[in-house]
Formats: sequence, structure tokens, C-alpha cells
Amino acid sequence: MDRIPILTMGKLLLVTIQVDMHDRLALTLQDDLTSRIVKDGANGVLIDISSLDVVDSFIGRMIGNTAAMARVLDAQTVVVGMQPSVAITLVELGLTLSGVRTALNVEKGMALLTGGGAA
Amino acid sequence: MEMVGGTRLAQVFGNNQTELLNEWITKQHAIASRRGLVGEAELRNQFSQFVSLLLTVLSASDRVDFKGTEWHEVRAFLADMSAQRARQGFSPVETAMFVFSLKQPLVTRLRAALANEPAMLADLTWTISALFDELGLYTTEVFQASREQVIVRQQQELLELSTPVVQLWDGILALPLIGTLDSARTQVVMENLLQKIVETGAAISIIDITGVPTVDTLVAQHLLKTVAAARLMGADCIISGIRPQIAQTIVHLGVNLSNVTTKATLAAAFVVALQRTGKSVTMAGAQEHAARNGAAAGMHDSSSPE
Repeated sequence: MDRIPILTMGKLLLVTIQVDMHDRLALTLQDDLTSRIVKDGANGVLIDISSLDVVDSFIGRMIGNTAAMARVLDAQTVVVGMQPSVAITLVELGLTLSGVRTALNVEKGMALLTGGGAA
Repeated sequence: MEMVGGTRLAQVFGNNQTELLNEWITKQHAIASRRGLVGEAELRNQFSQFVSLLLTVLSASDRVDFKGTEWHEVRAFLADMSAQRARQGFSPVETAMFVFSLKQPLVTRLRAALANEPAMLADLTWTISALFDELGLYTTEVFQASREQVIVRQQQELLELSTPVVQLWDGILALPLIGTLDSARTQVVMENLLQKIVETGAAISIIDITGVPTVDTLVAQHLLKTVAAARLMGADCIISGIRPQIAQTIVHLGVNLSNVTTKATLAAAFVVALQRTGKSVTMAGAQEHAARNGAAAGMHDSSSPE
């Protein structure tokens, strides 16, 4: 079965979603990510969704939930590189991901995480 | 009732083509030239083209069926003429009269030619009447469709015109909104803004609503949607240009803008944006002064020159 790779960069975890997200994949990612945060003692998670151009309400909610789970495990989460069409869709679905921090690209997201959270 | 007698019609009119044309043009000329929209030469050209097309089709078959394939050329000609007139600013009546004004000259000819055959005359009059009704209706339909196209195009242009996104500084965008925000416009505004954020990598965008005449709950909701979408992409939004009346309306309506930075003027918003991106504005004179002082003293002094 497909898995979304999780890369480790020091104390940070980098998740790049480059395939079409389907529900099972999303749930597997949640499982993998939470266990990796615990195993590696990560304090930051960067989710790059720049290649994702279709979302539905489930995936939108899953992104929000993943961020919330990471926060419970004491890891900051930044979602980066959201496409305009995805942003519009999420807003129209009423999912503003209010608890999630966002950045335009990976570079800015990294700055947000390594800059001690002061942005 | 079947429309027949095409060949007979063609025969009658073919003999009187020039006369027919002249009479028709006299009738039409009154309408068209009054508006000064088409010249007589062009009109005459159109007429003779139409009459010869009509005669060709009529003489080809005895059955008259406007929907049939052999009428394709006539339909194409009418569509062309109608679309052209729609663009030139003719009214629907004037356009339909292009066809209808031919009816009377035709019937006159018919009566003269078939004075001895009353049954035939009645049949052919019916055929002409029914045929020209169809021609006229078709003309009007095409006219309406062309007008519709013009309106759609104008709406499109208006949408594009009214939503410019300007770059104020490196990493700072401004979106001056003019006019009422409805759902369709919000969509375009949002798309433009988000696209520009991607292109420029801007961290802050200022939405200026000085030109928005009224803010009701719907407009406010649209604004908040835009702000939320920009935030999802990682850009902060500041709403500026809120006039006193609008501030009052917003509060009276109970719209919650508490999680959006708002400023009264674009200038104030720009200053905030500069601060957030780690920049500041100083007087050119003051900077020079400080630089000179610093050079003279041979040291760096970051405090004010005074």
C-alpha cells in the first residue's frame, strides 16, 4: 500500500504530499506521523501540500486534525504551499483551519519553526 | 398547413427582381439611414444578396421549409446581418424590419401576377406570410443572442477591470476594492489575490475597502472569506479604508472582525505591513544627517542625530 514518506531534519519532520490524497492514505499518514513524532522526539512538523490541487472536506479536516494531534504531542505544525484553488475550496467548505499555522513555501515555514515560533 | 409553391414564387419574383429591390430599399432606407448607421451602397448590396439567395433556394424546391438544410445559406446570411446590426446598435424592431419590410412588396407583385388565379394567390400569400414570420423570428433570435454575448463580454471586462492587485513593496500587496462585493466578484477578487500572493511570495496583503459603498453582512462575510483563504496560504491580511459610517454599520450588524487587523487608512495599514516585514520608513534628510554625523565622529551611532 502507498505511504507518504516522512523525512527527518534534526528535530523537525518534513511531510511532502505529492500524490492524490485519498481517505485511507490520509489516515495512514496520521498514524505514521504521530508515531514518528513520539519516536524521534520531534518538536516541529512541516506539511508541504504544494502538489495537492484537489481537496475535499475529509482531507481538509484531516489536515486540521493532524496539526492538532501534533500539537498535543508538543510539536509545532506548519502547513505550507497551499494552492489558491485549495484555499478557496477549504474556505467555501467552512474549514478555515484556525488552529493551524501556515506559510507560503517550505523556506518560510522552516523560518517559522526554527525561529522559535516568533513570527 | 403545408407551405408550398416555392418554384412558383421564385418565378414571379425573378421576373421583377429589380423593381422589388427598389421598392424594398425605399422602405428600408427610411429606417436605416435615419440612424445614419449604414450607407445606402452597403444596404443595397445586402438586399440584392439576400434576394438572390432567397430566389435560389425558392427555385430549388417546391416545398418551403425554413428549417431544412437547403435554407442553410439564408440562415447564415440572416445570422450575419443580425449580429452585425446588434453590434451597430440597431433596435430589435429595426433589425426584424429588414425581413418584414420585404413582405409587402412581395405580396403586391404576387397580386399583380396572379390576378386570375385566386386560389393560388391565397396559397402563395400564406406561404410568404409564414415564411417571413419564421425569417423574422430567426433574425430576432440571433439579434438577441448577439446582444447577450455583448453583455456577457462587458461583464467579464468589468470584472477584470475592477480587481487589480498592486504590489506596494517587496512582500506587500494591496487590493483596492471599488464597488459592491457580490459572490461572483468575491470569487474573482479572491482568485486574483491568491494568485498574486503565489507569484510574488508576499507575506502581507492589504485589502482597502475605501471604494466599497456599503458593507452588509454578506459583504463582510465575503471579506472574511478572502482573509481566511489568504491566511491558509500563509499570508496575513489587513483590512483598511474603513469609513466611520461603515465601522458603525459593522458593529451594529454584529460582524466579528476581531481576528483581522483593521486600519482606518491605507497609509496606516502600510506602516503596519512594513513593521511586520521588518522595515521602517525614515526621512531621507534625517538619514543623511545621521550618516554625516556618524562619519565625522568615526563611529556608528544608531540613535537619532539630535
